[in-house]
Amino acid sequence: MNFFLEGIYQTVGEHLPMWLMMLIAAVTGIAVVLGMVSLIAMFSVWLERKVSGHIQCRYGPMYVGWHGWLQSIADGVKLLLKEDMIPRDADRVLFMLAPGLVLAAILGAFAAYPLTPGIWFGDIDLGVFMIIAFSSMTTIGVVMAGWASNSKWTIYGSMREAAQVVAYEIPLGVSLLVPVMVAGTFNLREASALQADWFGMKWFLFTNPFMLPAFVLFFVAALAETKRAPFDLPEAESELVAGFMTEYSGIRWSFFFMEEYAAMFLMSALGAVFFLGGFESPLTHFAGELFGKELVVLGASGAKELNFAAIPYHLVAAVTLIAKCFFGVFLMMWLRWTLPRVRIDQVMTMGYKYLTPLSLLCVLGAALWEAGKHALFAS
Amino acid sequence: MTRETQTTPAATTRVQRLGPGEVSVDIRTPDLEVNFGPQHPATHGVMRILMRADGELVTGAQPHLGYLHRCAEKIGENVEWLQYLPYTDRYDYLASMNNNLGYSLAVEALLGVEIPRRATLIRIICAELNRIGSHLVAFGTYGLDIGAFTPFLYTFREREWMMALFEKICGARLTYSYIRIGGLFNDAPPGWFEEVGRFCDVFEQKWQEYVDLLLVNQIYVKRTANIGIISREMALDFGLTGPMVRGSGIDWDLRRDMPYMCYDEIWRSGAFKIPVARGEMGALGDCWDRSWVRVMEMIESIKIVRWCLDNMVEGPVIADIPKTLKVPVGEAYVGIENPRGELGHYVVSDGGKVSIRTRVRGPSFCNLAVLEDILPGSLVGDAIAIIGSTDIVVGETDR
Repeated sequence: MNFFLEGIYQTVGEHLPMWLMMLIAAVTGIAVVLGMVSLIAMFSVWLERKVSGHIQCRYGPMYVGWHGWLQSIADGVKLLLKEDMIPRDADRVLFMLAPGLVLAAILGAFAAYPLTPGIWFGDIDLGVFMIIAFSSMTTIGVVMAGWASNSKWTIYGSMREAAQVVAYEIPLGVSLLVPVMVAGTFNLREASALQADWFGMKWFLFTNPFMLPAFVLFFVAALAETKRAPFDLPEAESELVAGFMTEYSGIRWSFFFMEEYAAMFLMSALGAVFFLGGFESPLTHFAGELFGKELVVLGASGAKELNFAAIPYHLVAAVTLIAKCFFGVFLMMWLRWTLPRVRIDQVMTMGYKYLTPLSLLCVLGAALWEAGKHALFAS
Repeated sequence: MTRETQTTPAATTRVQRLGPGEVSVDIRTPDLEVNFGPQHPATHGVMRILMRADGELVTGAQPHLGYLHRCAEKIGENVEWLQYLPYTDRYDYLASMNNNLGYSLAVEALLGVEIPRRATLIRIICAELNRIGSHLVAFGTYGLDIGAFTPFLYTFREREWMMALFEKICGARLTYSYIRIGGLFNDAPPGWFEEVGRFCDVFEQKWQEYVDLLLVNQIYVKRTANIGIISREMALDFGLTGPMVRGSGIDWDLRRDMPYMCYDEIWRSGAFKIPVARGEMGALGDCWDRSWVRVMEMIESIKIVRWCLDNMVEGPVIADIPKTLKVPVGEAYVGIENPRGELGHYVVSDGGKVSIRTRVRGPSFCNLAVLEDILPGSLVGDAIAIIGSTDIVVGETDR
């Protein structure tokens, strides 16, 4: 059961009707997702500026708060206060709708993100599908933005985005199939729990020789999927001014930005859960041993009770996953500030001619390996 | 092919009847006309290229100039000889020392004065340091055009030191007016030559960093090799100069072939080589070759600077020149090797205090012409790379 719902049920008991409790739980969940995405975006912007600064022999933001940690808030306030511009010849409705759709899609994708092993928004059995499906829905918003802006540069940007996402969706999904196949589940939380052995180090990455190439393929495809350098063609600032975001300003523009960082985080989360052990690490393992893992236990009276003693374990698990996610985000930033951008035909060639067949080969190899393992050791 | 931009075909769907019950429909949409500039991050200034594109494919391009026209030549005919010097700073603002030098040499050719050797050597040091600075910008911003942000800031780090050196010698960072008619504004401050020597030592290490980080980066090579190919014949036909012509495999450098100051002495001593592209990464004359030439020239410039430091002499830095200059009747043309190519100054004097004709042959302007022919057939992303590889400074194309 959803932890939020469970929590509300435990506190107010049977005084409220079920539908109201479900509504409250949903609203709480949405609020948490919104807050989380904003925080992730704000932190990522700060991190990006710091990472780029240090790569480029600069400091990055230094004045607003300690090492500029308040910079993102200052930027957010600035963006909120900026004049909201809509070009005269733009399609007003679509223009206003597009950033919302983009952000809504990525917020929806977060529904499958497990906060901790025991707290989640939605324990979705097809979590991987859900995340991939929702995050490719952002493409519709991007194409919409490009079309509605009524500018040639935005059209270029959105068309590139559409072509790129179509090309890279396949290797992304197929390379994720490798760990999914090994795990036997699409559920992020369950996949993470499967990697708990070896003191929390039995990550899928180490259990099958085809995992490492699959991880590399997944990472490259995720870069293209999230429009990050060297695949940032939809917003190639030296070619297309700002790509599909050219005509946007203020808070609408920042929605695209939030989406980009949230998508980076989510893609890293997929990678972290399916290749890098998810919640599991030696630290999580020992926290679990020490504090217990179950948040909801059966009390002495036989009724369900909240077990507050297990909260440290859940905190450690949540932080572990977030740290792994931000490691992925950091890798993406590192690449962005190091590599030049590839050309559109090279992007397409790479997606269709190399990544797709290679990821299929990985699936085949991993399947054969697992089958062989079963044949040899199962009996 | 090149003039087609003005005659875009109408947006019609062409239906052709092939036989009974059989038609062929050409569903190609008309080409997109994109105004590339005047305000665009990749035009390196205020330039507009009217580009016709079939999706990502460029089918026609026409540069439109004049957004930065400041009547530089006409001003040259209205102010005194010495007063015109600061205006030369402003046409190619990345290579102001070279511009000062070109104009000074042209006027000196009319005056027929003997320039002190110390002045000549410091002039060469400044011109070559400025060439390094200019190529650093060219290479760094070229990386930026390709999408690599970081090398740009690395190159600006070294350029910053170069500008600090100029600040020490003349007080300005961008528009120097340091090289005067007859010599220099003043002598180098104490310790300046030693610092230039240190700069050379550090630069050589950092230069290797650029090569490793960007020039031989696989993505960079894939992006720049085999695009924007300028053949030898094309380079000669368009009168390209500087790294553009050397990038097409033609060994032509004014410092050696039409020597001025004491470049012939340095050349004969074997202190520097002239890098000529060999088409290492793709076809000869592609964008990579041009950027390779620039990168190699930086290190050759360092060698020239070293030679000048080693052969530095004491003495005056300016010839005996009156404050209000009267130039003998005559005309002179002096072309020098600017970082971008041949910067020619043609001056005509009627013996008065003011030139009666000042004409500048800007290398960027001449190199720009080739864009119209090499852009069609490339992709939009390549178009940026090609424009960047010509390394134009719009201040100079428009003057």
